[in-house]
Amino acid sequence: MLKSWKSVEPYLLVTPQTLVFLLFLVFPIATIFIVSFWEFTGYSMTPGFTLENYRNIFTSQVSLATYLNTFKFVGLVWFFTLIIGFPVAYFLAFYIDSLRWQIILFLVCTIPFWTSNIIRMISWIPFLGREGLLNKLLMGIGLTSQPIDIFLFSDFAVVLAMVHLYTLFMIVPIFNSLMRIDRNLIAAAEDTGASGFQVFKEVILPLSQPGIAIGSIFVVTLTMGEFVTVRLMSGGQAASVGYLIRNQIGSLQYPLAAANAIILLIVTLAIIFGILRTIDIRKEL
Amino acid sequence: MGLKKRSPTFYILAAFFALFVLFMYGPMFAIFTLSLQGQNGALTFPVRSFGFYWIKSLFLQQQRIGDFGAAFQRSLLLGLIVMALTVLIGLMAGLGFRRRFTGSRIIFYLTISSLIVPSVLVSLGIGIAFSLLGIETNWYSSGLAGHLTWTLPFAFLIMIGVFNRFNLSYEEAARDLGASEWQAFKEIILPLIAPSLIGVALFGFTLSYDEFTRTSLISGGRNTLPLEIFGMTTNVTTPALYALGTVTTAFSFCIIGIAFAAFQFFSHRQQQ
Repeated sequence: MLKSWKSVEPYLLVTPQTLVFLLFLVFPIATIFIVSFWEFTGYSMTPGFTLENYRNIFTSQVSLATYLNTFKFVGLVWFFTLIIGFPVAYFLAFYIDSLRWQIILFLVCTIPFWTSNIIRMISWIPFLGREGLLNKLLMGIGLTSQPIDIFLFSDFAVVLAMVHLYTLFMIVPIFNSLMRIDRNLIAAAEDTGASGFQVFKEVILPLSQPGIAIGSIFVVTLTMGEFVTVRLMSGGQAASVGYLIRNQIGSLQYPLAAANAIILLIVTLAIIFGILRTIDIRKEL
Repeated sequence: MGLKKRSPTFYILAAFFALFVLFMYGPMFAIFTLSLQGQNGALTFPVRSFGFYWIKSLFLQQQRIGDFGAAFQRSLLLGLIVMALTVLIGLMAGLGFRRRFTGSRIIFYLTISSLIVPSVLVSLGIGIAFSLLGIETNWYSSGLAGHLTWTLPFAFLIMIGVFNRFNLSYEEAARDLGASEWQAFKEIILPLIAPSLIGVALFGFTLSYDEFTRTSLISGGRNTLPLEIFGMTTNVTTPALYALGTVTTAFSFCIIGIAFAAFQFFSHRQQQ
């Protein structure tokens, strides 16, 4: 009896979590998939099977432009979070000797993660607005005579805010990978005559690849479906797939929103699987 | 570890790090400063006068800046519920994953997939599913569900990380001495992982308290605090907006502080 209990025990323990994801992740996404083939009659949806929603998306210039704009955001945010996140993680992992300081500085980097994204976006207004510090500075040093409107409510502001929000999703996994690098490897490379740059290029960079991959997955996922930052920082002027979906729901076009959501999901998963081919995440825990 | 200590690279990277910290915290301190203004304060610098007018207005004149108090109470309650469920469910899953079992890979990937599915899909999906089933959406039903899809993967990853490094010999010793399964859990495992559970609780509460996207379409008629604040960004053009930011962020910092104190307490007790 004890033996059979032992074999059932893990299943019982993981049941609540599995139920949550089956009910509130798998089932809803399956529903989206089904609804994406339903018909939309102008004010309500009716069950059926039509490819019209997808045809609409693939033939519309507007949705094409929206998808391209989303990719632009994803690409830019990914690039900046990486080139900012990597040096920060590298500095923490290799240049801070005392464990105490390492923990403190790591916490300094991660604390914003536990505060509100909306507030962190709002906090750019005093800098980027028409009367903001950036405009005052530029006018002060004579670079421009008129305040520039495009700092706030622009693609620039959207990318800036996303980089601000998501860089720590890059820092933490890269830091984790860097900390796992056996310091003897570096010593060995140095003993055999490798220069500092060679050590970095031949040892540190390849071994930090899993961290970069996981960070990239986070950043890509977070940015792909974004609509809050896009809405808030562009003043509703920039386009992204997430925002498009949000607007279609606002006008009750559920089947169309569902079709867009399915395409968004497929594109996101394709990118993620591309990244995942390079690593085994289970080893990283 | 003394790699190229205090080399020029160190100073360059240190300067970069300092700039990064400024980038992270600068804007936040700017709105803290601007929220502490008198009645003639505006949304941008310079600070016109110093005072607590806007902070006070948050608590006194509810009609001007939306229903801040009720939204805060909802978010607080929801955060606590999500926290409790996240700790409980995450801990159970972590315990279950200490042994490899058939299907563990699928459940692992199912959990991780919740992190990599764009949040808007979770919101839309739960919204459509509830409406098709004829169930009303509410912050404590559909909203709670959306939050759990976001907090549980983090809890799960932390628990897996903890148990990967967990030394089994302690509890085996306890069992050899005749402890029951439950006793071994209560007397050995729980105290050892208590600091990590604090971490899970912190994630559970703060991620829920600040959640926006996964809640946005499924909170029903009554807003959680982030949704309420988002609504205000379009119609509040006074430093009251910043005051709200200051108060909620101060609250977040309190929670983080409490979590760290509890973490210290449990790790300290563990060492004795």
